[in-house]
Amino acid sequence: MNRDPKTMFTETPLVRSKFRQEAAAKWIFAGMAAAMIVPLLLILGYLVERAWPSLSLGFILDVPIRGMKEGGIWPAFVGTIYLVFISLAVSAPIGILAAVYLNEYAKDNWLNRIINLAVINLAGVPSIVHALFGLGAFVYAAKFGYSIISASLTLAIMTLPVIVASTREALASVPRSFREACWNVGATRWQTIQAIVLPNSISGILTGVILQVSRAAGETAPIMFTGAVFFKAVQKGDLFPYQLHEQCMALSMHLYTISTQVPGVKESIPFATAVVLLGLVLVVNAAAITLRVWLRNRKKW
Amino acid sequence: MSDTPPLSITTRKLNLWYAKFQALINVDVDIKHGIITSLIGPSGCGKTTLLRCFNRVNERYGYVTTTGEIKLLGKNIYDPDVSLIELRKSVGMVFQRPNPLPISVYENVVFGMKIHHERSQLTRAALDEAVEKALTETGLWKDLKDRLDHRATALQLEQQQKLCIARLLPLKPEIILMDEPCSALDVEGTRAIEELMFALKGRYTIVIVTHNMAQARRASDECIFMLLGELIEHSRTEDLFLKPRNPKTAEYIEGRYG
Ligand SMILES: Nc1ncnc2c1ncn2[C@@H]1O[C@H](COP(=O)(O)OP(=O)(O)O)[C@@H](O)[C@H]1O
Ligand SMILES: [Mg+2]
Repeated sequence: MNRDPKTMFTETPLVRSKFRQEAAAKWIFAGMAAAMIVPLLLILGYLVERAWPSLSLGFILDVPIRGMKEGGIWPAFVGTIYLVFISLAVSAPIGILAAVYLNEYAKDNWLNRIINLAVINLAGVPSIVHALFGLGAFVYAAKFGYSIISASLTLAIMTLPVIVASTREALASVPRSFREACWNVGATRWQTIQAIVLPNSISGILTGVILQVSRAAGETAPIMFTGAVFFKAVQKGDLFPYQLHEQCMALSMHLYTISTQVPGVKESIPFATAVVLLGLVLVVNAAAITLRVWLRNRKKW
Repeated sequence: MSDTPPLSITTRKLNLWYAKFQALINVDVDIKHGIITSLIGPSGCGKTTLLRCFNRVNERYGYVTTTGEIKLLGKNIYDPDVSLIELRKSVGMVFQRPNPLPISVYENVVFGMKIHHERSQLTRAALDEAVEKALTETGLWKDLKDRLDHRATALQLEQQQKLCIARLLPLKPEIILMDEPCSALDVEGTRAIEELMFALKGRYTIVIVTHNMAQARRASDECIFMLLGELIEHSRTEDLFLKPRNPKTAEYIEGRYG
């Protein structure tokens, strides 16, 4: 026997040093996690605290008064909903169907790979570039003028590549063996997509689309260049205040305006506007997560 | 044997390339109808590739080139009037890993029927009958008749694999190709699948790839030995194992290649 049974299981210096490394690693990772979360909570807490005097349902439903120094944000709130809804109504179908084509039909050749690369790079183009494109393409070339249509289409162009990329990812996560099983009983590609691929990737696809809501709602530059205005007179609580060829207000733009362009705004109003924008995004994201969990639970493989 | 059974699969000078790599070299094979033929050989010798030629599913990869002739039941499957969809309907395939679709047991069995018929041609009663028949033939009916609406992917592996066989039957295939159907299963499961093969024999031509020589011996009537893309020997299973004609076959069955 080459080891003394009495000390066989006792701690050696090497074990102690491993424990020290283990503890250090754990604290570093925990510290980084805290460094990420704490500022977020501080920002949120600060915003809500400063916004508190103005926060109420009335704030959302009211129109701004006295040169936007007081009152609510209804025109901007509705405007944002218009822009987000129309832009996604355009980009989601195009993006999803294009991704289905690229992932399920197109051959995996160099062209397809270049398209894929282009899509990924387009998803990273700064929004100001999309803004300039929208200005040139929709406002001037297509003669839509500064309007909801131009702004929505610009947002659609901006969200399109991300939707294509996330949809492709969702489609690619459906195991190949399912597709092979279908082909081997003689299913066409469309039958395979309908019966197996889409039902199993729909949660990922929808999540990808819904996450673009927050992006479309938050961006300022693309709509500022193409269709958002500082102010538009609107009836309080009016659900359809805008025509498509008109300009509209939007939350992100409104926030920019009242924080930097209008002197003497009641102090809590910009903060309350920010909280509403943030709340809108959080609600939509929460909905996305709920939907995802619900769809996940229905599919098990 | 006095009258030789009709041929089910014949190939002449079958060559296949994956891009530049030749995976099948001048394969001539005559597989008889209604019996079980096993395909053995070291891994990478082209067994799966050969099997996948028989329903032309290799062509799903864009970079595959095939030359030579493949006839199923006397019909050249490269003739211009051959529909891949109808071909794959009559030539069923079972995979190494059971791959039931992520839908219910019932829907798995009727999947093929639904794909090949107009909705209006299928009555609920016809579907129910097909499900009961296919599951009974594969020995699943007793276990699963109360769980037809359960997800097929949640079944035990052995049941999944049987279900993968069951879902081929409503399409009334001529040929069933099995690619190492037992490699994900334990001893019990393996035996169950082998028994199922015996039960199906006669009505269908069964070709089974296996790298388990004991299984080839137990479960097949004829045996084909392949090596590096070439067909080395094809004879009755007993003959191949007891008195192999080719020295390479002898070396393989004595366990000299992996
Ligand atoms: N999709 C493919 N693309 C390229 N080469 C392949 C492909 N499938 C198989 N091969 C090659 O063809 C040869 C035969 O493969 P396969 O038929 O899978 O062998 P087996 O089933 O006998 O193990 C192997 O060398 C393998 O690397
Ligand atoms: Mg193989």
